[in-house]
Amino acid sequence: MEKPLTEYITPGSPPLSLNEYRKAGGYKGVDKALKTMAPAEVTEMIKTSNLMGRGGAGFLTGLKWSFVPMDEKDKPKYLICNADEMEPGTFKDRYLLEGNPHQLIAGMIVAAYAIQAETAYIFLRWAYKKAEKTIQKAISEAYKAGYLGKNILNTGFNLDIHLHTSAGRYICGEESALTNSLEGKRAIPRAKPPFPAISGLFGRPTVVNNVETLSWIAHITNKGTEWFKNLSISGTGGTKLYGVSGRVKNPGLWELPLGTTIREILDVHAGGMAEGYKFRGLLPGGASTDFLIEDHLDVQMDFKTVAAVGSRMGTGTMIILDDKTCPVAFVRNLENFFALESCGWCTPCREGLPWIEKILGAIEEGRGKMEYLDTLKFQTKYLAPGHTFCAHAPGAAEPLQSGLKYFYDDFVRHINEHKCPWR
Amino acid sequence: MSLEIKYMVTIKINGKDYSVEKGKSLLDVSLALGFDIPHFCFHPALGSVGACRMCAVKKYRDADDQKGRIVMSCMEPVADGLIISTEDEEVKTFRAAVTEGLMTNHPHDCPVCDEGGECHLQDMTVMTGHNYRKFDFKKRTHKNQYLGPFVLHEMNRCIQCYRCVRFYRDYAGGKDLNVFGSHNHVYFGRFEDGTLESEFSGNLVEVCPTGVFTDKTAHKHFTRKWDLSNAPSICTHCSLGCNTIAGERYDSLRRIRNRYNQEVNGYFLCDRGRFGYEFVNNEKRLKQAFIRQKNNVLTPLAEKEIVDKIKKQLYNSNKIVGIGSPRASLEANYSLLSLTGTDNFFHGISEKEFQLTKMALKYQQHSGVRIPTMKQMENADVTFILGEDLVNTAPRMALAIRQSARNILNEDAGIRRIPEWEDQAVRDLGQLSSSHIYIASPVKDYLDDIAKKSFKGSYSDITALAAVIAKLIDKEAPEPPKHTKAIKELAREMADALKHAKNPLIVSGISSGDTALLQATFNISTALLKSKVNPMLGIALHESNSMGLALLPGESLQKASYTAKNENIDTLIILENDLYRRDDSILIDELIQKSNNVIVIDTLENKTTQKADLLLPASAFSESTGTLVSNEGRAQRFYKAVFNKNEAVRDSWRWINELKKIHNNKFKGWDNIDSLFYSLTDDIPVFSNLKGKFPDAGFRVLDRKIPRQSIRFSGRTSMYANLSVSEKKLPQDPDSPFAYSMEGFQENPPSSLVPFYWSPGWNSVQALYKYVDKANGPLKGGNPGVLFLDSLSSEQAKYFNITSNEPGITGKDELVIFPVYQIFGSEELSSEASGVSERIKKPFLLLNSDDITKIKASAGDIADLEINNTIISIEIVMDNNLKPGVAGVSVQLPGMPYLALPARGKVHIN
Amino acid sequence: MLTEEELNEIREEVKMYPIPSAACISALKIVQEHRKWVSDDAIKDIAEELGMSNEEVDGVATFYSRIYRKPVGDNVILICDGISCMIMGYESIYEQVKEKLGIGFGETTADNRFTLLPISCLGDCDHAPSMMVNNDHYNELTKEKVMDILSKYK
Ligand SMILES: Cc1cc2nc3c(=O)[nH]c(=O)nc-3n(C[C@H](O)[C@H](O)[C@H](O)COP(=O)(O)O)c2cc1C
Ligand code: SF4
Ligand code: FES
Repeated sequence: MEKPLTEYITPGSPPLSLNEYRKAGGYKGVDKALKTMAPAEVTEMIKTSNLMGRGGAGFLTGLKWSFVPMDEKDKPKYLICNADEMEPGTFKDRYLLEGNPHQLIAGMIVAAYAIQAETAYIFLRWAYKKAEKTIQKAISEAYKAGYLGKNILNTGFNLDIHLHTSAGRYICGEESALTNSLEGKRAIPRAKPPFPAISGLFGRPTVVNNVETLSWIAHITNKGTEWFKNLSISGTGGTKLYGVSGRVKNPGLWELPLGTTIREILDVHAGGMAEGYKFRGLLPGGASTDFLIEDHLDVQMDFKTVAAVGSRMGTGTMIILDDKTCPVAFVRNLENFFALESCGWCTPCREGLPWIEKILGAIEEGRGKMEYLDTLKFQTKYLAPGHTFCAHAPGAAEPLQSGLKYFYDDFVRHINEHKCPWR
Repeated sequence: MSLEIKYMVTIKINGKDYSVEKGKSLLDVSLALGFDIPHFCFHPALGSVGACRMCAVKKYRDADDQKGRIVMSCMEPVADGLIISTEDEEVKTFRAAVTEGLMTNHPHDCPVCDEGGECHLQDMTVMTGHNYRKFDFKKRTHKNQYLGPFVLHEMNRCIQCYRCVRFYRDYAGGKDLNVFGSHNHVYFGRFEDGTLESEFSGNLVEVCPTGVFTDKTAHKHFTRKWDLSNAPSICTHCSLGCNTIAGERYDSLRRIRNRYNQEVNGYFLCDRGRFGYEFVNNEKRLKQAFIRQKNNVLTPLAEKEIVDKIKKQLYNSNKIVGIGSPRASLEANYSLLSLTGTDNFFHGISEKEFQLTKMALKYQQHSGVRIPTMKQMENADVTFILGEDLVNTAPRMALAIRQSARNILNEDAGIRRIPEWEDQAVRDLGQLSSSHIYIASPVKDYLDDIAKKSFKGSYSDITALAAVIAKLIDKEAPEPPKHTKAIKELAREMADALKHAKNPLIVSGISSGDTALLQATFNISTALLKSKVNPMLGIALHESNSMGLALLPGESLQKASYTAKNENIDTLIILENDLYRRDDSILIDELIQKSNNVIVIDTLENKTTQKADLLLPASAFSESTGTLVSNEGRAQRFYKAVFNKNEAVRDSWRWINELKKIHNNKFKGWDNIDSLFYSLTDDIPVFSNLKGKFPDAGFRVLDRKIPRQSIRFSGRTSMYANLSVSEKKLPQDPDSPFAYSMEGFQENPPSSLVPFYWSPGWNSVQALYKYVDKANGPLKGGNPGVLFLDSLSSEQAKYFNITSNEPGITGKDELVIFPVYQIFGSEELSSEASGVSERIKKPFLLLNSDDITKIKASAGDIADLEINNTIISIEIVMDNNLKPGVAGVSVQLPGMPYLALPARGKVHIN
Repeated sequence: MLTEEELNEIREEVKMYPIPSAACISALKIVQEHRKWVSDDAIKDIAEELGMSNEEVDGVATFYSRIYRKPVGDNVILICDGISCMIMGYESIYEQVKEKLGIGFGETTADNRFTLLPISCLGDCDHAPSMMVNNDHYNELTKEKVMDILSKYK
């Protein structure tokens, strides 16, 4: 089984240097794209590959690029690598950043070339101190080797990549909030339209892509779209980094064909539930996805299939709820996080999430009332997509609405017993 | 004028078809159609940002779509075939939930909140039907800040609509108010306690939909909106004529609010205009007549003796000289003119101001140049401001020009399909592009932060720059004086920008006192006119009726004093004018000494009133009715809001009416303002256009007067119930069609007579939606005010040969001193308002650090400034915007003598 | 006053962006790196350096959770209370630290050696429970391990 993204990553040892990675063929995709392809051809190729963004929403990458205006007068344009990864339970980008920064840089060079951006930023989560060093080092190697800077590979193409480390706040991961943050402002999302491809960083056409997405680009220009498509089981294209955390025997991260079933990931790779713990449910792709339960274990982890059973694949990093963890406490923990991380711009999110959080706190601490459950249910509908300014609050509503659906009895027990049965 | 093409599309709201303008926001058009759509973060002047989520409506894909989805109407562009519902149950529940969310932290303090009764949040709470509180947890609380004398802060009431910062920062360019924190702990305030620095901070009171920011000056004598008696008024604190609402209760003026006039001030006033009103309550207010006794002391004069004394004073008067005033109404000035005759009427301003005002007037009338409204200024694509510190002399104009900065963006936004009203998106788009505003000034300018180029130099530098530009635009323009290479380069860029502009705007004013500068300004305008570019020309004048006065016959103060030198003046009548602010004290002293009798009519005690032999107390703007002509030549009426029970205080023109009747026994007297106004329009040809343009006192709608108060269910006010339960007889106003009650015609009166904004369900200022046909459009029935001058423009524009100039440096220790105006302090009346007076700076002298070093001083030292033999002790303030050899001195501030500037001067330290 | 070193680092960051104010967050982080936290005076200095108002800089500073606007101890302990760490029992780690140092979340020890703060997710979810002390990550914590770790910080 091919594992293109993690092939050269050995946890515990330093990442490949530029020369080592180049020898392994890692920069071939860059050479090929810059020397033999026109920008539009690169975009077209990514479009054909059907690469879906790995940042959570699964938007088609090539399509996103194709919205960028390509006139000379539309310059400057920007490419941003979203390496914020602050969703609780998510740790996949970190693996790529620490393990093979040149894979990302190679992808960014090709992506920037495709949209003709001459400046790119990597927006890195504040906590990733190790990644900060590996990337910084990789960037300077790339400058020295002539892969960054002016007139790259004598093609006339120029590119600077800057590393920006964040100062916290989950909302920075939302691409337009990220843009504001890169501009040195409060990370408030922006209205869409206009999409970043039209008016993004500093009001200029901008593409924002996830680390995992960008890490694919040079592979695809190097090996072609057919190769990419064949990597997946479900036909979507590519492999995916899947992760599992919680009470399993072997928590971790694996590169597997896109479309691997949840059961395989859980039982084969994560080793099944830890001794003495029973499975009750899981969040398939980070804190902002809906619970799935036993019934869903044979679902393939792919954007469409997971959506079909009422959740989202999100980042593909699962969080497991076991029988010794209180589901109300679980959801409360998440809502606590989401309430705290609301940017404070739109009313439903800013006022709704703290209310939810307070109710969950009261229920968990034995001060719950039955009518609170109605309020909770109402709030999950009220925080639906389109009702709020960005996808933060709707994301926050997902584990709550599905938690209420699958673990309703546990909520009721808390209220009736005036205490948490798990304490 | 750019041709505006409107495309109309048909949309369906609640099952009915409407034809609306394409591309506008759905909220905008729905409000205009009369739908009550709740909203908070949207403001017609600030556009849409989609933050509050209050304006939700249901949008349907097509006729078959039964479910629909919720969208924010403020962010939805109107397109053909759009189907929406404002009444869908899901939408209603959603909106109620938004209110409910906002109310989770809002205190229940309406009874003690100054916003109560005119609160947008109250309106919306009722409108969305949120009435039962489910939230049973603790509310978050905040600390409040001290924000200076104008604005009170109560952060707990905040509903986080972000309108305050959007107005203060994005619209008005203020930097010292912001939002702090995140999630549901966001705080709107300053970095630390302190006075809000923006000159437009008072608008927060109206922009904030709740009681976070309220009017601190009004708080001291607070009255609920529903208890106020209101009258349409005009701001008397600069030449722009912003429209205001004056609110009264218990015979005193309580509050000034903005009165919407699309073409003039729109939704916003400056702080001088909003808070300057309190001079009417100042203890210096003259409440009775005074007469000078033999012992030379002014003593009170009993009401019944006044006429006798006047008779005595006027008895032997052959030569009666009148001094008018740029801050008195047209009617008051004209009444004096008609008493003294043209030869003996003088304008009460310095020769310099007189000449400059006349020159501006003449150029505007005869060049064919466009005189823009402030609304039109907002649409300028290239602007050049020369030597006028607008934010301090004509503040609202500076705010209008600030808005023009983004015009350059709108085109780009159009290409990217970002509608103009999507405010944040347009601002984000424009981050790396600059405006097309050019400034040339000696000091730092309010608009420097957004200017494309801001040139700093002396008046002669600015004049040279302007002359070069004119020459570059049109070869026929006069030869410019010698100039530097830097000026040449800048001039090239600017000439090019102006020549290629569709809608260029040239702005200056008379505050510089520099004739050459103004001539050079006009020459740019002429050059553009000759090259078939149609520029707009904005000229800031000094006072609320500077323009009106300039249209009357008469001469300057200096000419009055010449008269005094040659002939004996029997009676000198000074109308609402502290002459010591207008010209050199020696000249004024002489004029007064040469007059046997001096009659002074004014509202507040001042240096001139102290020289009166007979001092007559005049009503203030809020207690009288009259007409003012703004700098753009717009005649506008202000109406009496306060009924002054003290009969000793009368309208200036009523005093003069008395004087004239006594002096001329054939004169029957004017019965009311209307009969006086008829004489004026008959007598002075330029005003004939105004005949019949203002509704007279007999004006009625369906036989009914217009109420000064909004209706309430309680009927009468029982104001004096502690004294008597029967309502007193209401006072009658002979000068206007307004009633002192809530009785009368209940629908919208003609636009110039709108005394308040109220409509069922809309107690807040947002009721204004019901008074316009569309947001940001004209008031129903047209905008108030009559532009009556433009018909005179006919002759071809001519060039000035730039005659005089600012004094060049001759003596080696000499500096060129130019005047520095201050929004707070440089205007007489507002300086006497309690809040404003707290904001007035001590007199100061601006010097470049080189010049400070040269005289071996440091910033903060007190220096002696010597100009034309006058020596003033004044504090040095360092300002390196100034070039060496040029100094600025604060003028017209309390404690500053009159200075004829620009002039040469010396500074030393003892 | 910003030190020469701080200024140089900030000016280096400014070069990354088309407008100086874009480096605002980086400037706050640089100052915090040097001084542990960002004081009112530092806000004013940064504002002046970047041509912003105090309000603009502080509006940004107070938005971000990893900018400290109040003094912190010599070492900052961030204990992850995120979902994976909760499942894996961060609470016992927290209790242990609380007992050892005598402070709870949001507090600083009397000797100013430690400040204890909660953090939601450090990206170490597969090795929960985890924490950070200053810039160092620690994973798969046990009560014993935590004691060892804390003793390393002076
Ligand atoms: C609240 C919120 C947080 C997000 N956080 C991240 C993140 O940490 N990393 C990321 O790549 N995308 C995140 N996203 C998704 C981004 O907005 C964006 O869709 C993504 O970076 C696009 O990259 P892709 O097309 O490569 O998937 C977040 C979205 C939301 C609404
Ligand atoms: S849903 Fe609204 S308040 Fe929440 S993060 Fe998005 S924009 Fe901010
Ligand atoms: S008015 Fe539309 S979201 Fe606030």
